[in-house]
Amino acid sequence: MTLRKTPLVVAGSAALLALSACSGGDQKAAAGGPITVEATDTACTVSATTANAGNLSFEVTNKGTKVTEFYLYAQGDRIMGEVENIAPGLTRKLTIEVPDAGTYQTACKPGMSGDGIRGAFTVTGGAGRKTDTNTQLADATKSYATYVASQSDALLTETQKFADAVKSGNVADAKARYAPTRTYYERIEPVAEKFGELDPAIDVREADLEEGQQFTGFHRLEKDLWVTGLQPDSGQIADKLVTDVTTLVNQAKTIQLSALDLANGAKGLLDEVATGKITGEEETFSHTDLWDFQANLDGSKAAIQSLRPVLQERDPQLVSEVDIQVKNVQTLLDKQRSGDGFKYYTELTQDQIREFASAVDALGEPLSKVAEVVAQ
Amino acid sequence: MTQVSRRRLLGFAGAGVALAGAGAAAGAGLDHALSGPEAHAAPDLVPFHGVHQAGIVTPTQEHLHFAALDVTTKDRAKLVSLLRKWTDAARRMTGGQEVVPNGAVGGSAAAPPGDTGEALDLPAASLTLTIGFGPSLFDDRFGLADRRPPALADLPAFPKDNLDPARSGGDLCIQACANDPQVAVHAVRNLVRLGFGTTEVRWSQLGFGRSASTSRSQVTPRNLFGFKDGTNNLKAEDTDALAQHVWVAPGDGPDWMAGGSYLVTRRIRMHIETWDRSPLREQEQIVGRTKGTGAPLGQSAEFDPVDLHVGGANGEPLVPADAHIRLASAENLNGVRILRRGYNFVDGSDGVGHLEAGLFFICFNRDPRTQFVPMQKVLSAKDAMMEYLEHTGSALFAVPPGVTETGYWGESLFG
Repeated sequence: MTLRKTPLVVAGSAALLALSACSGGDQKAAAGGPITVEATDTACTVSATTANAGNLSFEVTNKGTKVTEFYLYAQGDRIMGEVENIAPGLTRKLTIEVPDAGTYQTACKPGMSGDGIRGAFTVTGGAGRKTDTNTQLADATKSYATYVASQSDALLTETQKFADAVKSGNVADAKARYAPTRTYYERIEPVAEKFGELDPAIDVREADLEEGQQFTGFHRLEKDLWVTGLQPDSGQIADKLVTDVTTLVNQAKTIQLSALDLANGAKGLLDEVATGKITGEEETFSHTDLWDFQANLDGSKAAIQSLRPVLQERDPQLVSEVDIQVKNVQTLLDKQRSGDGFKYYTELTQDQIREFASAVDALGEPLSKVAEVVAQ
Repeated sequence: MTQVSRRRLLGFAGAGVALAGAGAAAGAGLDHALSGPEAHAAPDLVPFHGVHQAGIVTPTQEHLHFAALDVTTKDRAKLVSLLRKWTDAARRMTGGQEVVPNGAVGGSAAAPPGDTGEALDLPAASLTLTIGFGPSLFDDRFGLADRRPPALADLPAFPKDNLDPARSGGDLCIQACANDPQVAVHAVRNLVRLGFGTTEVRWSQLGFGRSASTSRSQVTPRNLFGFKDGTNNLKAEDTDALAQHVWVAPGDGPDWMAGGSYLVTRRIRMHIETWDRSPLREQEQIVGRTKGTGAPLGQSAEFDPVDLHVGGANGEPLVPADAHIRLASAENLNGVRILRRGYNFVDGSDGVGHLEAGLFFICFNRDPRTQFVPMQKVLSAKDAMMEYLEHTGSALFAVPPGVTETGYWGESLFG
């Protein structure tokens, strides 16, 4: 199942990591309301050229004859905020968070082209912020990237074998390979989700299909194997799955993750368990939800493992709480093992499901606090 | 505020209570042709009669009891007779009176009381009762097959739907809204009682804490995600917009629906536990507003117009591509708007340690085929919020026009 995560803005993640003193942009920037900007075809008059760090509000009025734009640039023309398409006579507002003191530039762009009419703008104060560059965090992302790469390779190898079994019509073999193959996908799902259309192509559930969307990927083959029997196009679907997984694996190896991505990924995997696996909705034909459950937990543990040195230093109590709760969930999962895998979801009693849900909630709480510790 | 209690209401119609505080009736007065005794409404009375049914643009009350019913009789006359009885009872109850005079305790000691009694001594609490007819009513049982409005087309399946048939559909619906939950429940209970042998309850839903404002006189309430919900809602004061988006006009379809509207309900379970574990920034980016003031991202105050074209760091849109307010905006939907009138609910717990909480979504629109349906298709497919939502119930009803002082609910259809 595909869950949405905070959009990944790699280059701009510094801004996302900012922890300002205000919550959610509800405070006035400088005293006295918004900074007014009067834009004409030849001038860009800004009512104030300094402001305190925090939320800055600009009110831009186009008094010229050309459609214009307004920008606030940081050094190197990095965009901090922009309003496009301001027609003559119109006033548009922009409130943005500028957490760092420094030298910025305002710009109006009559005709919406060129460098625009620039003016210096100074931001003072602000909380001295650590960036993502400190060694521990860099090590964390590096070690997690290694984990992602190893899981990706295994995913590709196993998907190929699974597809071959489907194409040769060996239903028993394909069924046996289905859940173990998916394990590699479920472990790195937060990474997979960063690639727009690939994740649904590989992992969409039938219940989530949009009008006109083709049912492809693992769950389509799951339905073929467990419910309808192999279809004339099952082989094509299997080929497409291999193609999509190959693309995904190549992209996964080059993705730049931040430490915050790891933290949010660890929490996201638990959300997956809570809303998809606990309910038996993910593997609605094969009932192999517990394999996915274990894989989500593995992926979550791997992310925490990478962050461990940082967390240990900054919030040792949180780490031990996470460890205790992870162990608790793992113990419950171990009770449901059967052969090389697990019991089917349909074999669980309501009491066992409730026990799982409760343990996942208990782990979800401390996990949800990891991101803030990482962002400190 | 003077509270009109049922006990003191005997002969209310002639009592000549002065109209106190026109503000209290704002909205109601706009779309209800006031006449006769209704003109002397007390502040907590919403006029029952009018061009449109009450309970649509009436300033949203605090509590809801919504019931969907199936018709069990095959006898058309019996159904029409029930609609007449219901209308009479609704007239009385929305006026703060018992179902029948002396109904609760004034009748024969050997007979069951004609009014169930739990609203004795309670004020009218702005009770409104609104009725609607579901698609399933328009079959061959009552000769209504050719009267079914084209706009009452069955809703399509939406991506990620997880509908429970036992919480969906229905031949008829009764929407009871009041500022006192007991008044709303009393009204539904007594109408259901009158219907035994003719109708049976298919499902019902209690709601609290209105999740939308329908008048400028109301502050925007918060939903169970903690966000202001309904800032951009259509308001009773926007009469032109209501004519365009809410009220069925003559010529839209069959004549019997002119002055009516179409009501869509969706029981939306919210996964509040996982929501509560998401960072504030993520919550705000999913909604597209700040949690505190409700200002659209990139703006500074709640009622600042949403600007979908402002950018932040690196020019990324400040209102993300998959933010709820972007996808639901009229700008994104070619001008489509609806009147929302939903309520929060907590129906106990789900058996695995979570609250069974959510939003009972109610909306009124002129034609669901061009308004609700395209909007929901976009939201189901793309809304970031869907990660935390599950649609578990769904229904659609044709809400007939208002009632005259001698008429009955649905008269334009059955008369």
